[in-house]
Amino acid sequence: MDRFIFLTFDGLSRGAVYAAFALSLVLIWRAARIVNFAQGAMAVATAYAGYSVANATGSYWLGFAVALVGGLVLGAGVERVVMRFVDHSSPLNGVVVALGLVLVIQAVLGMIYGNEFRPAGAPFDRDAFVVGGIALLSRFDLFVFGAVFAVVALLVLLFTRTAVGLRMRAAAFAPDVSRLLGVNVGGMLTLGWALAAAVGSLAGMLVIPTELGLHPNAMDVVFVSAFTAAVVGGLDSAVGAVVGGVVVGLLLSYVSGYLGATVAPIAVLVLLLVVLLGRPGGLFGSVKARVA
Amino acid sequence: MTALLEVTGLTAGYGAAPVLHDLDLSIEQGQIVAVMGANGAGKTTLLRTLSGLVKPTKGEVRLDGADLRATKVEQMVRRGVAHVPEGRGVVTELTVDENLRLGGLWRSDKADARKALDEVYELFEPLARRKRHPGHQLSGGERQMLAVGRALIGRPRLMLLDEPSLGLAPRVIAQIMTLLSDLRNRSGMTVLLVEQNVRSALSIADIGVVMSLGRIVTRNDAATLRTDDELRHAYLGF
Repeated sequence: MDRFIFLTFDGLSRGAVYAAFALSLVLIWRAARIVNFAQGAMAVATAYAGYSVANATGSYWLGFAVALVGGLVLGAGVERVVMRFVDHSSPLNGVVVALGLVLVIQAVLGMIYGNEFRPAGAPFDRDAFVVGGIALLSRFDLFVFGAVFAVVALLVLLFTRTAVGLRMRAAAFAPDVSRLLGVNVGGMLTLGWALAAAVGSLAGMLVIPTELGLHPNAMDVVFVSAFTAAVVGGLDSAVGAVVGGVVVGLLLSYVSGYLGATVAPIAVLVLLLVVLLGRPGGLFGSVKARVA
Repeated sequence: MTALLEVTGLTAGYGAAPVLHDLDLSIEQGQIVAVMGANGAGKTTLLRTLSGLVKPTKGEVRLDGADLRATKVEQMVRRGVAHVPEGRGVVTELTVDENLRLGGLWRSDKADARKALDEVYELFEPLARRKRHPGHQLSGGERQMLAVGRALIGRPRLMLLDEPSLGLAPRVIAQIMTLLSDLRNRSGMTVLLVEQNVRSALSIADIGVVMSLGRIVTRNDAATLRTDDELRHAYLGF
């Protein structure tokens, strides 16, 4: 039982990060109907920038802010400079360009920073509190929960309570009609990419200290888990992304804990297969939404 | 009366193939003009060109004397042009209230936008009862009310309506047409109405325009088109 409780808390902590990263994929999917396979590489790039500033100034929080702002700028830049010019007549075009971006970003990071792992510190203690002999959560885990909760709450407020959020939703669902109603659809698309990349950067800053450290490929495995989370939740659903993230986090934790870490990737694929066979649109989405 | 909308030598289309050929049209302030014609005549393309969704390759579009050719689509509402597209253009994922508020987000006079929203709810009572319902739960008639109501929130000078009767029951079509006529009488709004339902369109229009293969083949008083058997047979087929 002790082990189960430990694995549950560990899974929730991992799941929160997957949820944030899945949310970033959902944001772009909803805005542009593209699965941004470059999201992981973009998050790593901003994490490198963040840790460079943190190391140079000695302030983790300044580096943290630089990573998030860097995410905003990089997301907006990728949309304005690259994605806007992709022919969207076939959904594959965007995917191919995104995969090309992954290669470019990872190659550039390798050239600048090298291909060895670099240490990435956490702002809080990662030793778990022990309650009744069971290791539960660390201060860093609490920070992860708080940060992800804050992001989800802010995004919910943005999309449901603000004029900008209403414009963004309308522009994503009906671009031509939105333009006729005075909405700057291109601007909303750029904003969507910027926000998504910033959320992805946050996820990167939360997960990289718990893994082996900074590396151009540091987010590859996280991307696979988060992508699974987004698809399991339903690519069109923000709530689905959060639930999917938690489900994937718990699954990985239980499977790693009881069956061994090598089985974990297979478990993720099995989960993906089961959900897609049983509910093709994901838990909170619809088939129409996913294939649109 | 002076022309609110002046179209001269308009040629427009998709890709290399023009749909509209050297088209001239003049609409006076406060008129309801019905544009009729068979499928493929270019009626929808005409509206899409007037609202900026299709860029003309030749010719001029002037609203109150101002050239609209360089105006971006999203700027058209600010010039007083509202376009209710074919299929109504309701954002079905948004609620009725969100759809209506979307129609006034561009306005700087927020107080008047709120007033216009209240007026729309007064005018379309079924919408007031279904404020929180998503667009996809509305009937065809309610969607049409929503699309027209959303356009009204911008207090347009010129409303472009594409096939508002499409898929609606005759009773609902009659209600929509009466409403358009009332709106014009009340606010002096100019309406350019594209319709396949010729009888309904002519019942409220001042002017009838018949298009064929991207050209205007006749322009007459609606009353004349309604009553002149020869014209009706020649251009409207009934």
